[in-house]
Amino acid sequence: MNKPVDARTPLQLSPESASRIETLVARYPTRASALMPCIWVIMDELGHVPPAGVALLVDKLGVTPARVHEVLSFYTMFRTEPQADYVLQVCHNISCHIMGARPVIAHLEKQLGIRMGERTPDGKFALEGVECLGACGMGPCLQLGKHLYEHLTPERIDGLLDSLRKGVVPRADTDRELEA
Amino acid sequence: MSGKQYNILSSRFGRADGHKLAVYEREGGYQALRRVLGGMQPAEVREMVKESGLRGRGGAGFPTGVKWGFVPQGAEEVYFFVNADESEPGTFKDRLCLDYDPHQTIEGTIISSFAVGARLAFIYIRGEFGWLIDRVQAAVDEAYAAGYLGKNILGSGFDLEMLVHKGAGAYICGEETGLINSVEGKKGQPNIKPPFPAVAGFLQKPTIVNNVESVASVPWIITSGPAAYKAIGTEKSSGTKLFSVSGPVKRPGVYEVPLGIPFREFFHDYLGGMVEGEELKAVIVGGSSVPVLPAAEIMNCNLDYESLAQAGTMLGSGGMIIIPESSDMVELIQVLMHFYFDESCGQCTPCREGTGWLHKIVKKLRQGAGTPEDLDLLEHVCQGMAGLTICPLSDAAVMPMRSFLAKFRPEFEALIQETAPVGPQSRWPRGEQE
Ligand SMILES: Cc1cc2nc3c(=O)[nH]c(=O)nc-3n(C[C@H](O)[C@H](O)[C@H](O)COP(=O)(O)O)c2cc1C
Ligand code: SF4
Ligand code: FES
Repeated sequence: MNKPVDARTPLQLSPESASRIETLVARYPTRASALMPCIWVIMDELGHVPPAGVALLVDKLGVTPARVHEVLSFYTMFRTEPQADYVLQVCHNISCHIMGARPVIAHLEKQLGIRMGERTPDGKFALEGVECLGACGMGPCLQLGKHLYEHLTPERIDGLLDSLRKGVVPRADTDRELEA
Repeated sequence: MSGKQYNILSSRFGRADGHKLAVYEREGGYQALRRVLGGMQPAEVREMVKESGLRGRGGAGFPTGVKWGFVPQGAEEVYFFVNADESEPGTFKDRLCLDYDPHQTIEGTIISSFAVGARLAFIYIRGEFGWLIDRVQAAVDEAYAAGYLGKNILGSGFDLEMLVHKGAGAYICGEETGLINSVEGKKGQPNIKPPFPAVAGFLQKPTIVNNVESVASVPWIITSGPAAYKAIGTEKSSGTKLFSVSGPVKRPGVYEVPLGIPFREFFHDYLGGMVEGEELKAVIVGGSSVPVLPAAEIMNCNLDYESLAQAGTMLGSGGMIIIPESSDMVELIQVLMHFYFDESCGQCTPCREGTGWLHKIVKKLRQGAGTPEDLDLLEHVCQGMAGLTICPLSDAAVMPMRSFLAKFRPEFEALIQETAPVGPQSRWPRGEQE
């Protein structure tokens, strides 16, 4: 699990992240308009936005803390708490449902010993139901960070979980794109 | 397969190298931009797109050239937004455009920005498309390096900056004013219109929002001419359209077809019909927000804006969901109502409460606790939701609900008479806390 960050000490971002924030502030037409991409910079480094991250955004972008909290809570992909190592987000919308999302979810729940919306006690896995992932013709599908796994079957899920338990993120269907 | 095959948008789909600038240029890419910046006036470009009859491919089907004309003449500061939020269930076409051919969308965006007088363009991509954002950013970087973006593009004196903006999971950000608010660094809640974004949008300045597929069609219209585009399709639905097809057909996927193609032909020749052992029950033709048509009705439809409107549904995004006989329609509508309830931004009472009620009533029916009055109540709630809200999300929930009820009423009634089983079967989709 990514580490909690102490709220009282100012957030120390890596030099790369700090410079990405400076670039974004310079390129966006107003400082406030750079809020979402700056949140992403913090998310990319820490996996969530801790209270000290909110303070940093307020300082860099000249927005109110209320604005930052409002935005953090409105968008489902932004997180303010440390996340499990592997957050498995399974599509439960209509096309995937028709193509068998339900048995896939049941299989995941069984193999991980948790229900949708829960996290394994060791903090390694979390299981979430999400709305359409834009892979409807390739469903059922699940997303793990930037990786999208399509045409899921119980066998594919077992392979995925085995690999993740060893700390290896297997090649996803969408990784093909980035290898070319 | 009968008729001519078209690949205005899809010629590089499925190709491992389609996203590379060198490949795009070798196949005629950026020639349209060269022509436009080589002496055309913005008004000429707008006129060409208007003449082509291109209609917005994001769902509403509004003529693109006409929308561009709404930007006040002489406006100093104009913004152009490409809508790649693609969150409408059943829709996955813009993803392919950006995956396999990002430069076509980038070239279309530069030309469109020139046509409306924008100096800054955003490509707003839904946050879930993580890999795609890297892909598009790489293509934008290539375009900058080649001099297609930045200052004094191709020596024409035209400047354009382009930012790839990553969403963060909110269906409502696909609505154009929600999208604009999102880039302003706010919650993605829609605004009341008017004013329309073309007059007062991003930072209160004139802003045009167009779907990826609309923008990607522009370079071809410039190089081949509006007449050639208009010659494809039907009188009022010109050009080609991408349909993304999901469900148990032999060949699901994204297809580019001329508008007006008969569904029957598309279904048999392109999709290969249903997989073994499944029968066609119904089709949602334009993404989850449009009314469903039973098999017998869709079989006689042509796939264009007018024919589908006449049949009581809409072309929408072209996200075609194929529903097999084995599907339980009440279960499917529960899945959809859960989605709209989840995604309502909460500003309007009819939408916030109505979507919740619809979901709750359908769920109650499926748990075997429904009464005959519940079906009237569903209709009653729909009445209180339609046409009364800031944005069309409320209507987007009502349209499938009403049509499922109207076309498949016996399935709803059966639940009331028989008492459906309670137990693990009925806990879809959110577990016990649902
Ligand atoms: C709830 C809602 C969601 C929408 N989602 C999208 C979307 O994901 N992509 C899109 O292009 N348009 C979407 N739209 C339509 C946009 O508001 C807008 O009409 C469109 O982007 C305009 O582009 P076009 O004229 O090229 O179609 C949505 C509309 C609503 C009401
Ligand atoms: S109709 Fe629904 S989604 Fe649209 S603005 Fe109102 S509450 Fe928000
Ligand atoms: S319905 Fe699952 S990806 Fe679209």
